[in-house]
Amino acid sequence: MFDNPAVWLPVAFAALMGLSILIYVILDGYDLGVGILIPIARPEERDRMIASIGPFWDANETWLVLSVGLLLVAFPVAHGIILSTLYLPVAVMLIALIMRGVAFEFRAKAEPAWKATWDRIFFAGSLITALAQGYMLGLYVMGLDRSLATVGFGAITAVCVAAGYTLMGATWLIIKTDGDLQRRAVRRARVALVVTMVGFAVISIVTPLVSPRIFGRWFSVPEILILSPLPLVAFALAAAVWVVLSNQPHGQDRFAWVPFAGSAGIFTLAFLGLAYSFYPFIVPDRLTIYAAASAPESLMIILVGALVVVPVIVAYSALSYWVFRGKATDLRYD
Amino acid sequence: MDPTVLARIQFAANISFHILFPTITIALGWALVFFKLRYRATKDLKWMDVYHFWVKIFALSFALGVVSGITMSFQFGTNWPGFMERVGNVAGPLLAYEVLTAFFLEAVFLGIMLFGFRKVPGWLHTLATVLVASATTLSAFWIIVLNSWMHTPTGFEIRDGVVHAKDWLAIIFNPSMPYRLTHMLLASGLTTAFLIAGLSAYRWLRDDRSPAVMSALRFGVVVAAILIPLQILAGDMHGLNTLEHQPQKVAAMEGNWETGPNKPLLLFAWPDEATRSNRFEIGVPNGASLILKHDAEGVVPGLNDFRGQHPPVAPVFFAFRIMVGIGMLMLVVSWAAAWWLWRRGEPHPWLARVLVGMTFSGWLATLAGWYVTEIGRQPWLVAGVLRTSDAVSAVPAGMIGATLAAYLVTYVLLLAAYVATLFLLARKGAKPQTIETGPTPHPNAFVAAE
Repeated sequence: MFDNPAVWLPVAFAALMGLSILIYVILDGYDLGVGILIPIARPEERDRMIASIGPFWDANETWLVLSVGLLLVAFPVAHGIILSTLYLPVAVMLIALIMRGVAFEFRAKAEPAWKATWDRIFFAGSLITALAQGYMLGLYVMGLDRSLATVGFGAITAVCVAAGYTLMGATWLIIKTDGDLQRRAVRRARVALVVTMVGFAVISIVTPLVSPRIFGRWFSVPEILILSPLPLVAFALAAAVWVVLSNQPHGQDRFAWVPFAGSAGIFTLAFLGLAYSFYPFIVPDRLTIYAAASAPESLMIILVGALVVVPVIVAYSALSYWVFRGKATDLRYD
Repeated sequence: MDPTVLARIQFAANISFHILFPTITIALGWALVFFKLRYRATKDLKWMDVYHFWVKIFALSFALGVVSGITMSFQFGTNWPGFMERVGNVAGPLLAYEVLTAFFLEAVFLGIMLFGFRKVPGWLHTLATVLVASATTLSAFWIIVLNSWMHTPTGFEIRDGVVHAKDWLAIIFNPSMPYRLTHMLLASGLTTAFLIAGLSAYRWLRDDRSPAVMSALRFGVVVAAILIPLQILAGDMHGLNTLEHQPQKVAAMEGNWETGPNKPLLLFAWPDEATRSNRFEIGVPNGASLILKHDAEGVVPGLNDFRGQHPPVAPVFFAFRIMVGIGMLMLVVSWAAAWWLWRRGEPHPWLARVLVGMTFSGWLATLAGWYVTEIGRQPWLVAGVLRTSDAVSAVPAGMIGATLAAYLVTYVLLLAAYVATLFLLARKGAKPQTIETGPTPHPNAFVAAE
């Protein structure tokens, strides 16, 4: 396998793109979630919520650019098919992303009278982005077909992804805030956890029922033995997060990081399950990563660059998280 | 309406909106480095005042650049699937390197630059500022490489209708890249210089004449006065390069139909493609021959040599005149302002008003210049390799039209909010101690307003 770059390069790029999407979902997940949670805060608390994501959101969204960029450069044909099919939800998501991104800046700099309006735009932009991404996920799972049933399924995944992001946002706030705001974040995290896990279960039941291919991949021996730990571990993690949440907020913030890490773990497992179900297809049941891949010599150039640069990116991202560690109230905006 | 035309309008609207902000942040990043270094050298707090005022505008511009840039990465696929399918082997690595080497660097260190002033040592904050400025410039480098390659493609071969990279150095250092990159970086410098001069003049007119405002005003005027002659020179060289590689574009810029010597420089005309001639010509005799060939007898290429292969004439012709006209205005205004500031130390109120009027002149010139070069590339998407009409997606025109309307509304609102906020910040900057900016009062109002 490794002596033929036309075989392993597409796999390497699918893995790289998958990793980038997963990092995006977790990282932008928490800052979109904080945006969705804006209404739980009093106006004066909103500054603290925004402060907790201020230094990070920009870099978080860059993982989306990298994910789409990798799809574009490594699997250009798939990029064209997927994004032309999802033309409308993509446009909705982009406009929502634009509005929430600029609301960050405008809410602090525009006339004070406009601040509440920009907060509402920030909330709406975050929520619509999450819903649009979830809807696209649903259509993708349904093989990019548009019918009443698939759109209905897309509505379920939309709610599930929005709930998942809310969970990430709420658990992030548990780490980054204290006092009353932290207490409310704990309550929202519990609700979001339940909705996320119900959605997770519904998607796991519906997906194999509509796709015979996925049914075959899941429920045959020995695949089922390899696969069954995924949902089991995910629900065990959810139970652990639930238990820790019941003891939050804890005065000394013991285990305050656990709900966030556990939620990220649930996202990772769900993602692995999806990746397993669709491999080697990049456009479900239509186009494999091998058929869609760019020329090996161009992929090689990118791979070499990525292997050198990505560790550096991880290092300075870590530096940034270390610089801005601690509660958001400690943040000074200068 | 034709889906190709709609897809082009939509992409043009998005890229036009997007480029406004990098045009500011590329040079403003370096201006911020300059302000920081001046402070570290002189310990004069006025430089930190200048820095803190402009870093807010940088943050706002950067955010708009990022979110509109995300749109771009999707629209390559939604609007031009044929582009990546046919030339993805060249375009892909260049775009990937832009994301990997520039986007993450600027996004992460922007966080430290904006929010880490009191959290990290001074040297690290200055380093973060330098890294952000470097990354914006690096990002400009990669995208200009790709754009230039689309105008003057080299270093590739076509196998089975698909472009394959052969020589990456030839691809990166393609013939028009050095000229286009220089022209664009100088355009960014001029846009930022006039923005700084314009907003500072606005503050001066509102009796905000602190040392910080005066230093920023002098900085903007002097930088503009230095860069504009360089830009005229670079633009001339870029034009000669275009004449060599894309003569039909130069013919459209000059509004010249028949190839021949002693061609006039048209100051005004109405190019009419139906009759293939100009109406209402006003020109300087031998002007075009002199500029393009440095010889009155010089032969200038004409559009009739490229029937069916040349770009639409009128938009290129007029956009070129708008760009050059603004450039000349920039020369006069910046030199007059520099002379006045040097002799009097203060601007004349009328001069200040002119500078305020020129605040966004760089945007107009930059957009006009990009329209010249991009419309001038038509009907090709990649010159000689891929036609625009062969790259367009199969998305129905109605859907493109509906999303185009939504994008346009968004962009108009955001542009209005952006310009209004810049002038609001300039008015606030006048009295930083008295502005109520939020629930967490801070000795420096601009700090809490970040």
